[in-house]
Parts: sequence; structure tokens; C-alpha cells
Amino acid sequence: MRPVGELLDAIPYARFLGVRIERGASGPICVLPFRDEIVGNARLPAVHGGVVGSFLELTALLGLLDQSEGSRIPKPINFSTDFLRSAGAAETRGRAEIVKLGRRIANVRVVAFQGDPERVVAAGIGNFLL
Amino acid sequence: MPRVISRDETELYPLEKVRETLEALPHFQELGIRIVEVVRGACTARLEPSPRLVGNPDTGAVHGGVITTLLDSVGGAAAFSAVRLGQTVATLDLRIDYLRAAEPGLDLYGHAQCIKRTRSVAFVRGTAYDRDPEDPFATCIATFMLGANPSEHPLQRLAEEAR
Repeated sequence: MRPVGELLDAIPYARFLGVRIERGASGPICVLPFRDEIVGNARLPAVHGGVVGSFLELTALLGLLDQSEGSRIPKPINFSTDFLRSAGAAETRGRAEIVKLGRRIANVRVVAFQGDPERVVAAGIGNFLL
Repeated sequence: MPRVISRDETELYPLEKVRETLEALPHFQELGIRIVEVVRGACTARLEPSPRLVGNPDTGAVHGGVITTLLDSVGGAAAFSAVRLGQTVATLDLRIDYLRAAEPGLDLYGHAQCIKRTRSVAFVRGTAYDRDPEDPFATCIATFMLGANPSEHPLQRLAEEAR
């Protein structure tokens, strides 16, 4: 298995968000710790939608790096996020599913949840150039 | 300005309030985003590049997620500037196309425009550019629910104050 943790350390923005990886039963789980600096709505408080979208995209990228053999970091072509619930002041977790891993393009679907994995706060899908 | 926007300023959020509220967001300050301009139905913001925002260490390109935050924010502001006083705004979906890499070292701009507002949805288009607004490195399309869950959007305080 590729050392995704090392790749994670090599992405400054992932370090900035404090994202880490845990090994789940069905593949890697990305974890976004809660801290005050990622808040968009200070009164709830809730994580900024842009950070939730960023985390989904990062989860997709790391899920892809975990599966693919290439040495380069895949480049996002597009990414679409559906915001389903507000993400509260808690740890957010994400898991990625590689829908298709082609020769040049990969299509990746991701969900983010807090607590119950069935209680999805945001879902995303994107295409990456390998 | 889309024709759906009321001409009566007293029915709309004061533009200066939209700007102040956005700039006070903790994550806005953390990323160093500055509002350039808020007009009725549109918003432009600027982000200074920083090594900690890099997503691809091979190229030095800023992480796509930073662009997501920039465009979600200007999109939300564009929607807020176009809705009736007291209405709430919540991002429903946001799709970004990454057209090219942003040039390392340049300030990044996000611009969004509300192209249509119905009773329950605001439709927004946006671009992100470095040198030339006509040569964007990313485009986005987003929809915002209006008057939905009242607690969803960071600009919610404005809606509550207006009541």
C-alpha cells in the first residue's frame, strides 16, 4: 500500500486544515478536526461551506492516491459539492469511492459525515486528470 | 444586475453590512480573503497567495479547496445582496471547473454574479482569475436556497437583525 500519510504531509493545504487519515474496514477515512479557524458561521458555530467542499476534494484526492500507482498528484478537472446539512462544531470524517479509474481520468465520489456515517453532511463527485 | 432584484433599496440588505459580515467570518480572516467590491447581485474578493495554501507541491499550485472557499463566499454574498431583507441563504450545491493552474505568486480573485433569483432559489455563476478577468483559471456554478433552514448560512445574523 502506498504511504498516503506521507503524501498528506507533502500537501501544505492538508496540513493547514489538520487533515489526517485513519484506516477503516473498507478503506481509508479522512478526518477533519474541528477548530475555531475553520468556522464560517460563528454563532452556530458551523464549519465554512468552502472548508467542507475543500475537505471533500482532499478526501477524493487521497482516496485516489491510495488506489492509483502513479507518482504524480492527480489534478482536479472539476468537482461538484452538494451541501446536505450544516457541519457543526465536531470532527468531520470523509470516505471516498473510486467510481472509475481509467488510464487518464479518474471519477471519484465522496461523502462527509459527523458521528453516524449514515448522517451525511455533504456529498461530492469529481473528475481528476491522472 | 438581474431584473429580478428589487429596485427599492429599503427591501434589500445594505451592501456595507454584507461586506462587514463576510469579512468578520473566522475562516475568511484565517485565509486572508479581502472583499474588493459588493454591488447588487455581484461580489468580488481577493486572496493573497501563501505557501500554506498550496495543494500540489509538485507545481506550487494553490489547493482547489481554497478556490472552493473563495467562490462559495463571493457566491453567497452575491446571492445575499440580491435577496429581500430577512431572507436566508444556504448553499445547496457548488460545482467548480478548474480550467488551468493559477499562476504561482499572483493574487487570486473570485467574482460571482446572481443571474436569477426565484422565490426559493438564487442561481449564481462565478469565475476565479489571477491576471485577467477574461482569462479565468476556474469557473463555478452554484445554487443557494432562500429562506430555507434559518441557521445554515454565515450571513444569517443579517437576516435576524432585519426582523
